[in-house]
Amino acid sequence: MAEIDDFRAETRSWLEANCPPEMRTPMRSEKDACWGGRKFEFQSDAQKQWLDAMASRGWTVPDWPREYGGGGLSAAESKVLKEEMATLSCRPPLTSFGISMLGPALLQYGTEEQKGRFLPEIARGEIRWCQGYSEPGAGSDLAGLQTKAEDKGDHYLVNGQKVWTSYADQADWIFCLVRTSTESKHGGISFLLFDMESPGVSTKPILLISGYSPFCETFFDDVQVPKDQLVGEVNKGWDVAKYLLGHEREMISGMGLGGEKQALGKALGGVDDPFLRAEVAAFDVDAIAFAAMSERFIDQLKAGEAHPAMPSMMKYAGTELNKRRHELIIAAGGSDTLEWDSDRSKGGKVARDWLRSKANSIEGGTSEIQLGIVAKHILRLPGA
Amino acid sequence: MMTLTDDQRMLQESVRPFMAEEGAIKKQLRHWRDINCKDGFGHGLWKQFAELGLTGILIPEGQGGAGLGQVEAGIVLEEIGRNLTPSPFLTTAVAAVRALEGSAQADRWYPGIVSGDVVFALAIDEGRSHNPLATSCLAQRSGNGFSLSGAKQFVVHGASADVILVAARTAGLAGEIEGLTLFAVERDARGLGIENVALADSSKAARLALDNVEVDADAVIGEVDGGWAPLARAVNAGRAGASSELIGVATGASELTFDYLRQRKQFGRLIGEFQALQHRAAHLYGEIEIARAAALKSAQLLDANDPRAELMTSVAKAKASRTAALAVQEGVQMHGGIGMTDEHDIGFYMKREAVLSELFGGPRFHATLVAELSGY
Repeated sequence: MAEIDDFRAETRSWLEANCPPEMRTPMRSEKDACWGGRKFEFQSDAQKQWLDAMASRGWTVPDWPREYGGGGLSAAESKVLKEEMATLSCRPPLTSFGISMLGPALLQYGTEEQKGRFLPEIARGEIRWCQGYSEPGAGSDLAGLQTKAEDKGDHYLVNGQKVWTSYADQADWIFCLVRTSTESKHGGISFLLFDMESPGVSTKPILLISGYSPFCETFFDDVQVPKDQLVGEVNKGWDVAKYLLGHEREMISGMGLGGEKQALGKALGGVDDPFLRAEVAAFDVDAIAFAAMSERFIDQLKAGEAHPAMPSMMKYAGTELNKRRHELIIAAGGSDTLEWDSDRSKGGKVARDWLRSKANSIEGGTSEIQLGIVAKHILRLPGA
Repeated sequence: MMTLTDDQRMLQESVRPFMAEEGAIKKQLRHWRDINCKDGFGHGLWKQFAELGLTGILIPEGQGGAGLGQVEAGIVLEEIGRNLTPSPFLTTAVAAVRALEGSAQADRWYPGIVSGDVVFALAIDEGRSHNPLATSCLAQRSGNGFSLSGAKQFVVHGASADVILVAARTAGLAGEIEGLTLFAVERDARGLGIENVALADSSKAARLALDNVEVDADAVIGEVDGGWAPLARAVNAGRAGASSELIGVATGASELTFDYLRQRKQFGRLIGEFQALQHRAAHLYGEIEIARAAALKSAQLLDANDPRAELMTSVAKAKASRTAALAVQEGVQMHGGIGMTDEHDIGFYMKREAVLSELFGGPRFHATLVAELSGY
């Protein structure tokens, strides 16, 4: 107990000394996040300084092993770091799909060479990754994907199309599901890593209902991928894909509260209408309860006590909650929140964020897919 | 950490089979209902609780108890809820023990609670809805003590209790914290009228008529006019405990329901194959897990004397009530016609949920508290 208290005290003083004041203010939008990568432009010196300071301790990925650029912290220490960062309102130094999705999959399935090559540059924020999963004909039925990778001896030749590739136009590398065999649906999928600057890769942003374009269509035309960039065994990529999806769902479920410390009714500055106040209070009950669940879920994961299908429950509950939150924000804000491009509305931020939230229960597997997974794997209902 | 410790897990592993066996619906709830028992629970089982150390679970070791906390009490209550086991555990071993904590009354009554000989009840509700601050029952100075007059209702186990904790006003107005005083009134006190009422779930609660009930000054728990302190301890422990019991009710009802989905055939198929039912079942499962986390968090905060405990306890009670309501409503609906019969147990869960939801404040009462405590 004493050791962890010492760790907490050291961590707090280190954070106080090393986290620049600008990085201790709330993020105003997704754009304030530090995504890293070759194309990333830091918004301020403080943002870069904060990333470098954290990366030098391995604290962008506190629980990864030190040899791969991590902090080597125990579950309890990671939790303390997270709590202290929250107490001091430190922004996350680095947000990336490399950290939340690819890294855990590589730690589990990567070769020693792959781990040594890719993990440290993820930890330092040098390479930004995107996810090549969905295709025009393979959404909820992801395993129906058709992008093909032919074995050409010393490399794979990749042809096909991905869709809903988040930030593909800003990413450096892609982790991509490809079909290496048509003999079996799930048993013909492989997991490849390749550079987005490889000849034959092109991207096209998709304009969404929010007016934002966080997703792209991504095209592969005779892209050559060296064979040592295959993760896991050939035709066994579905195992890697599912493992990674579990981590993606954890990440998305964490968005349920949008990192808010405050009750929604308080954040709205009070609610006069009694009917709306009742709805907001009911929401806050659910949101605070879900925050307790998130904490419990992370503790259970670290202790190895979480059911493997639990991320599906968390993803479902967290995203449905987030959509409800945005509905209530619109209801409370009335016509002010419907302005689309005025300065007053900061370019329609509230309305655009509300529309953005609708994707939460679609991306990473729809709510209906998650419920099906819970019914089958946890409740063991027949035929599910 | 929001995982159970090894000791807590051991407690769960010993209480679970005990409650499933000795506290089973057929053996307890249905039995006492069918013979129209005036207590609505069995004193034999309460003695068994004592032998297992459960009645003194929250009593400090120095006073003969197990010295455990709200988390451990919650573990027991979840199993009680799961089996609908009738007992005075929540009122006596949880709420009353917390109320008496540190008072002279503790020395007097804790031994009887530990041995399973004494049952307590709480008389804090006056209107049809829980709102302890609204107490208007009057306590006037009289001789060396006080004279109590007023009416109480929803006094769970009131007619079976040896001692009833009565909230009354020695000063102030309904709605005020100051001026409340908590009294330990013994059941044979002169002027105390007790009407034993059977509730929908076959438990018993009393309506009390206090007509100049004379009590000594040492019947006061804590300070005169400062009764909110022991009352708040009792109420918070009761709310957190009722949340755990509700989660047990939700768990028990959902287990019956999920089993039914795996066995019942219609149209030549198991009804659990229908996606319309699968998705509702999966949603219910998630809600129960979330409610369980909220209840655990509230118990942990109470044990740590954390200032956030009051808010979290209201969150837990509101969430547990809503979730258990969903579980029993879906349970009866998914069972179809058999769910409407007295022969099947699922209906007992529905009735218990309704009573527990109301006890220590319903979900709307607590959602309002959440708003107020959050500053809006």
